[in-house]
Amino acid sequence: MSFFSTPPIATRPLSDAKRPGPLRAVRQFPALSKLLLLVLATAVLVPLLATKYGAAWPSSLTVDVSGPLGKTSDWIIDNRDSHWLFVYFLGHLSNAVVISVRAVYMLLLALGWTGVTAGVTLIAWRVAGLRIAAISLISFLVSGLLGMWVPTMQTLALMVVAVVFSVVVGALLGLAGGLSERLFRILRPVLDTMQVLPAFAYLLPVVLVFGIGVPAALLATVIYAAPPMARLTALGLRGADPGVLEAVSSLGATGRQRLLTARLPLARKELLLGVNQSIMMALGMVVIASMIGAAGLGDRVYQALASVDVGAALAAAIPIVLLAIVMDRTTAAAGERLGAGTSAPGPAWLRGWQAWTGIAVVTAGLALVGRLSGSLVWPGAWAVDLARPVNDFKEWMVDHLYSGVPVIGGTADWAEHFTNWVLNPLRDGLTALPWYGTLLIVAALAWLIGTWRTALTAVLAMAAIGVLGVWKPSMNTLSQVLAALVVTLVLGFGVGILAAGSKRLEAILRPVLDVMQTMPQFVYLIPVVALFAVGRAPAAAAAVVYALPAVIRITTQGLRQVDPGAMESARSLGATRWQILRQVQLPLARPALLLAVNQGVVLVLAVVIIGGLVGGGALGYDVVTGLATGDLGLGLVAGVAIVCLGLMLDRVTQPTERRTTGKGV
Amino acid sequence: MSRKRTMIIGTAALAGTAVLSLSLSSCGKADMTKQASPFAAAKGSKSVTLSVQTWVGAQSNVAVAKYLLENKMGYHVDTVQVDEIPAWDALSQGRVDAILEDWGHPEQEQRYVKDKKTITAGGGNGVTGHIGWYVPKYWADKHPEVTNWKNLNKFAKQLRTSESGNKGQLMDGSPSYVTNDKALVKNLKLDYEVVFAGSEAAQITQIQQFAKQKKPFLTYWYEPQWLFNQVPMVEVKLPKYTDACAEKGTKDPTSIDCAYPTTPLQKYFNTEFAKKGGSAAAFLKNFKWTKDDQNEVSESIASGGLSADEAAKRWVEKHPDVWKKWLTKK
Repeated sequence: MSFFSTPPIATRPLSDAKRPGPLRAVRQFPALSKLLLLVLATAVLVPLLATKYGAAWPSSLTVDVSGPLGKTSDWIIDNRDSHWLFVYFLGHLSNAVVISVRAVYMLLLALGWTGVTAGVTLIAWRVAGLRIAAISLISFLVSGLLGMWVPTMQTLALMVVAVVFSVVVGALLGLAGGLSERLFRILRPVLDTMQVLPAFAYLLPVVLVFGIGVPAALLATVIYAAPPMARLTALGLRGADPGVLEAVSSLGATGRQRLLTARLPLARKELLLGVNQSIMMALGMVVIASMIGAAGLGDRVYQALASVDVGAALAAAIPIVLLAIVMDRTTAAAGERLGAGTSAPGPAWLRGWQAWTGIAVVTAGLALVGRLSGSLVWPGAWAVDLARPVNDFKEWMVDHLYSGVPVIGGTADWAEHFTNWVLNPLRDGLTALPWYGTLLIVAALAWLIGTWRTALTAVLAMAAIGVLGVWKPSMNTLSQVLAALVVTLVLGFGVGILAAGSKRLEAILRPVLDVMQTMPQFVYLIPVVALFAVGRAPAAAAAVVYALPAVIRITTQGLRQVDPGAMESARSLGATRWQILRQVQLPLARPALLLAVNQGVVLVLAVVIIGGLVGGGALGYDVVTGLATGDLGLGLVAGVAIVCLGLMLDRVTQPTERRTTGKGV
Repeated sequence: MSRKRTMIIGTAALAGTAVLSLSLSSCGKADMTKQASPFAAAKGSKSVTLSVQTWVGAQSNVAVAKYLLENKMGYHVDTVQVDEIPAWDALSQGRVDAILEDWGHPEQEQRYVKDKKTITAGGGNGVTGHIGWYVPKYWADKHPEVTNWKNLNKFAKQLRTSESGNKGQLMDGSPSYVTNDKALVKNLKLDYEVVFAGSEAAQITQIQQFAKQKKPFLTYWYEPQWLFNQVPMVEVKLPKYTDACAEKGTKDPTSIDCAYPTTPLQKYFNTEFAKKGGSAAAFLKNFKWTKDDQNEVSESIASGGLSADEAAKRWVEKHPDVWKKWLTKK
């Protein structure tokens, strides 16, 4: 037997195998055996299902949940001011949120624009260095100049409270998961899943309980932002070097001492990465949560979108992006320094408590100066009106690019072609496909790429969509996701391959990708409405732009990490550049490419759903409708369907080895 | 080491604040239905929170009320953008003090005004609203017969778009607006597909695009609306609105087969605010203007490129005779 299996399979074509018996082939190619089993299942099941139920999802297999959901919603509204659950528990929770946000907001207002700007700049300088301090300074000044000081402070107050809550909750969960094997096994799949779900899906349940307002928005944010912290804490604690732990316990340390002196410090890099991730996710969510009453910048964007005021939307979006960049860079730099084990550079007086006291004193001093000069809020006279020139530019663009451009056609024409030639056939095809066919395809894909476990999850998620009675809109959403995904992958792989081949291109791309990756999803809706009007095409376009950076980055990294030895030997054999790429680089980078697909699909779904706001229809629209009309039955069902769709898409594209970080980092 | 310690201290301090605020609030009952926004009354002055709906007419009401409350009466006004039905809930909870333009929500009125009494009716705002189906005037001039619903099927072919497939497109706006269009299309056996633009803004953009290219379209629209001044539109006659039909519709919304009613737009206040709101409540109760007034403000916001505040200021300077009456107490 050993004679047959000596050469590694990957290096030789199938035909070379010496008389492989059918059984052997099956054993050598696990994929084949999986496929065979599925074909068998298909042959047995399909005729049965087809005769019994037909091609459309059978109504006998759906459960109407809108009645009970409506009743729950009514009960909550009627009992919100009397039932003990609300008065003694949820009421306090919501009270605590209001009080904390108010306290932070008051503090920020009391510091005034001079104090806040100085404080943030100095902290950034202390924690992350001069360059990032300069970015912070400019960012806050720009926010003020755009006339967005007060909403920026509101968002900042929400962010501070949300991040503190998420980090505390996440760290506690992570601690539990890091210390207990059983908890870890329960927590991990839940957290993994929570991280791939679109932010939109979290809005409805909290609205159901808390009603529209800041508490609901903040709690949704915490639910969304805590999982990465929990995951990374748990991973960090578990990843601690066993040798060090052994050494510490041999010194007679108790369990708690071991945790505090060895495991937590060893995990500090993961902890800071967790904080960084939580911050980024919280910022994205705080903006989307403006749909359920979080005030601040997100609300300005939302209001501006509601009146297609692209200029005003941009004026509110810029501070969001700047806030994101400042927070991301500061925490990331702090994390890198911690990881490198070096403290901040500079003379001794810059380190330690003196520096922090200095920061406090300077901030207080500048706050006082601001107060004395009479303006706590950014002086209105210094504001720059950005909206008008942007709107003029948009008008010009619409007039000139929108339609009737010779040869290439206008953007609206592209959108129409995309809808007619790609989205419509895909949607109709998916809808017409018998439901058992869809389930089988899902099963086959998930199983080929992952394990039977992932396949089972994916199929069950898909079936749940059918049971809830939203098969048709889900297929519509799915068609948008797939179309956008294909475009994203084509563009992303293309650019990624180019960037991997050229250092210069990569250097140019990096800052662009950095900015694109830190932007909250909401911001992408603004330009696409201006360019592609209303419908499914702009939703898909926004999704492509949002998912592109992650795909490009992962592709580039994957190609770069291909063993140079393999490429060198191929080159010495006389392979052309194209051949090397196709036959060496791409196959070797396969895990990275799969990861890119997985990330791409998750990110695309998140934005396609938000596309409901710009005419994307389907599930996203149902959630918006549910929120807008208080029809929580409709919204929640759509929300659950989104969750299932996200779960399915993730499992179908999930390589056996999982990524360790969230949004494209 | 000191770095780490400061970090730990910082985290502990933040966590402590969170716990403290939790414990601060947790003595006795906490009625979450009576919690104001944390951003309200930030200046420590008398404050009012108004709900702004997404359409521009409603923004005009709020802009003028806000301007007068802030500049003539010394109030601080917060505005919250909430959709129509959640706004009723927020109003009942006291997160919002007043809605200045409501297009009729009988179910919510029954629940909050009559049963729970947490909301008080505030009378009309002087404007009468009407919802209907509209076609552009340039198209109606060419084909006058299109303005009757009986002839709509003949034109379905011309109104096909990529979103409506092989049927004609009837464009609707925001999902939150009062609409029976799906039922109407079905019950009147029209060869049309209702396509929701997703928001009013999206719908307006689309209408403006169509108008620029002089294409025909059929849309759900309403009066008063500033867009009529830019894109003249003609209403399509639907079967006459009758009380019998309305009654049938309240029982089963899918059975409606007649036109939309003409609604005097209403104001609603949080009951507590109506009782204890002082001069602000009295002012908002007196707030009453006309369709032309509202349109004047709306148009300068929506197409004049003015901010809501500026538009309100301009109107206030021009029409002191109208708003002076609102300031006198009861």
